[in-house]
Amino acid sequence: MSATHPGAAFSDPNLVGTGGAAGRRPAVSHAARNLASKRIIAGYGFWIFLLSDIVMFSAFFAAYAVLSGETAGGPSGKDLFDLTNVAIETGCLLLSSFTCGIASIGARAHHALMYYGGMAVTFLFGAIFLFLEMHEFAGMIAQGAGPTRSAFLSAFFTLVGCHGLHVTLGLLWLLTMMAQVFAKGFRADILRRVLCFSLFWHALDIIWVALFTIVYLYGAGQ
Amino acid sequence: MSDTAPRIELHAEDVAPGDERADGREIVEGLRGYLVGFALATLITVVAFFIAQTTLVWRPSIPIALFVLAIAQMGVHLVFFIHITTGPDNTNNILALAFGVLIVFLVIGGSLWIMSNLNHNMMPMDQLMQMQR
Repeated sequence: MSATHPGAAFSDPNLVGTGGAAGRRPAVSHAARNLASKRIIAGYGFWIFLLSDIVMFSAFFAAYAVLSGETAGGPSGKDLFDLTNVAIETGCLLLSSFTCGIASIGARAHHALMYYGGMAVTFLFGAIFLFLEMHEFAGMIAQGAGPTRSAFLSAFFTLVGCHGLHVTLGLLWLLTMMAQVFAKGFRADILRRVLCFSLFWHALDIIWVALFTIVYLYGAGQ
Repeated sequence: MSDTAPRIELHAEDVAPGDERADGREIVEGLRGYLVGFALATLITVVAFFIAQTTLVWRPSIPIALFVLAIAQMGVHLVFFIHITTGPDNTNNILALAFGVLIVFLVIGGSLWIMSNLNHNMMPMDQLMQMQR
């Protein structure tokens, strides 16, 4: 067959037009070898989504940077921010990113203890982070520095609250992934979802780095 | 037959973002990578929080130092946690990242530039109020 069509693989590398007709070589298996694996396609697609999510965050960062001085006579970041609290939050998120990495190693190695243990610790630190952030927000609102007080506080609550919302969704996703691996095992399709989850969690930590630097460290230093 | 036919393997050498190696055999090296990344990120975070509160350094230099530390820490996270490398198997991941970084800097830098320019050229608020009387 290939003697009659020696250049077939060049002119039509994925054998789109052959359709696996009788008498031809198995087109599907040959095409599958030329295409990227589903893991790469899923991971890359989710990577594009994460970058667009970061672009959305950049708009909130821009709004915050423009409005950070517009306190309308109200409290500024220097009066409101407690850097000890922020340092603990940062430590929690950093530790959870590390344990998320351990969990993803465990997932690829089909090591149940590593996976479940890593995910459980990730959830624990993520939940502590979220609790501390809620506590901070509640304290600010209680002392009259809610999102309606000034443009600075509107931008602050939008930016930090959006990150907190992402962490909340991430925690729900984390529990879902633990349940799915528990119910269905370390299947390839489940492992793709675990890969996407770990990318999401690491990206949240990267956004937090920008956030604690620009909002908290700059704000407290002014 | 297909053994002798020339094949064009377009994506055979790619690695998904987040994966350190395509074959998945990465337990020991993988753990070491995460430990190194965690140690570096912790170090940079501690330095950033220290610099923000210290009086030992010249104060106008602090914002620039914090900016540099934040960029460095993001780089550490990208390399050691998301496993973005400069290798040929990561070209797609790097290019997507580069485009995202470009848009982020355009949005933030452009907004700051335009808004400070408008702010600079706007009439002070008390004069504006007097004109409206």
